[in-house]
Amino acid sequence: MKQVILPELGENIEGATITYWYFKEGDAVKEKQDLVELATDKATFNLPSPCSGMLTQILIKEGDTVKVGEVLATIEESPA
Amino acid sequence: MEFKLFDLGLTDFQSAWDFQKNIFSQARQKEIICAFILCQHNPTITMGRQGHKENILVTKDDLARLNIGFYEIERGGDVTYHGPGQLCVYPIVNLAYFKKDINWFLRSLESLILETLSELGIKAETKPGSTGVWVGQEKIASIGIAIRGWITLHGMSLNVKSSDLANFSLIRPCGQDIIMTSLENVLGEEVEIERVKEILIRRWYETSNFARIRREY
Repeated sequence: MKQVILPELGENIEGATITYWYFKEGDAVKEKQDLVELATDKATFNLPSPCSGMLTQILIKEGDTVKVGEVLATIEESPA
Repeated sequence: MEFKLFDLGLTDFQSAWDFQKNIFSQARQKEIICAFILCQHNPTITMGRQGHKENILVTKDDLARLNIGFYEIERGGDVTYHGPGQLCVYPIVNLAYFKKDINWFLRSLESLILETLSELGIKAETKPGSTGVWVGQEKIASIGIAIRGWITLHGMSLNVKSSDLANFSLIRPCGQDIIMTSLENVLGEEVEIERVKEILIRRWYETSNFARIRREY
């Protein structure tokens, strides 16, 4: 099981708000595919999937905030 | 590291947006590292991802009657207005070559505007927690960006001419009760947009945070 974690976004940025999940739980995702859109102040950005597999759990829903280092979702990695 | 400049002149929002996406694709292919697209738009209201429709104070019919376009776009921030006499700057920058730091990029855009205004004799400032550039309590430049794979899209708009500010009354800019100003309003004299462009481009090439990193590269 791989965790999708909010990475460092820059100095003094503690977190971001989830604006859009491109997938729902149970969907197949590919490595590097955009998983989720987030926003901080005047910027939006996308987080790519760390691996190919199935999006098993979305832990933070749209409109909620996530802190740097926090887990947003989990992915069941598919065998290579 | 090459800097590329594109000046689209007066163009409709959709064309400039398509052009941005084209340059963005080239940046994804690593053909471009840092490009600035300059343009002015025909009257347009855009709404970013944190936008609220109630911040547009007129109906869609009113906008159509006034011949003002409306677009919901992928940048951050709320609602803003673009029109002729306002200089839009869309930097398509691969931050992987500069600094993977959203705040560094936003602050670098602000300081480029501050430098440009300073050369024109205007003492402007930034406000912590309120991205953009201000002269006193009035806002002269707005910023809203999108980042995909650490490559930026959209950017900033600087009000140059005083003639087109009235349309800001159709919205609550950035979702707040902000009074917008322009270079001409602050200076009390006519300002040619070409002069502003010349200063901004020179500062971008020579003294901006982008230029500093380019030299180190």
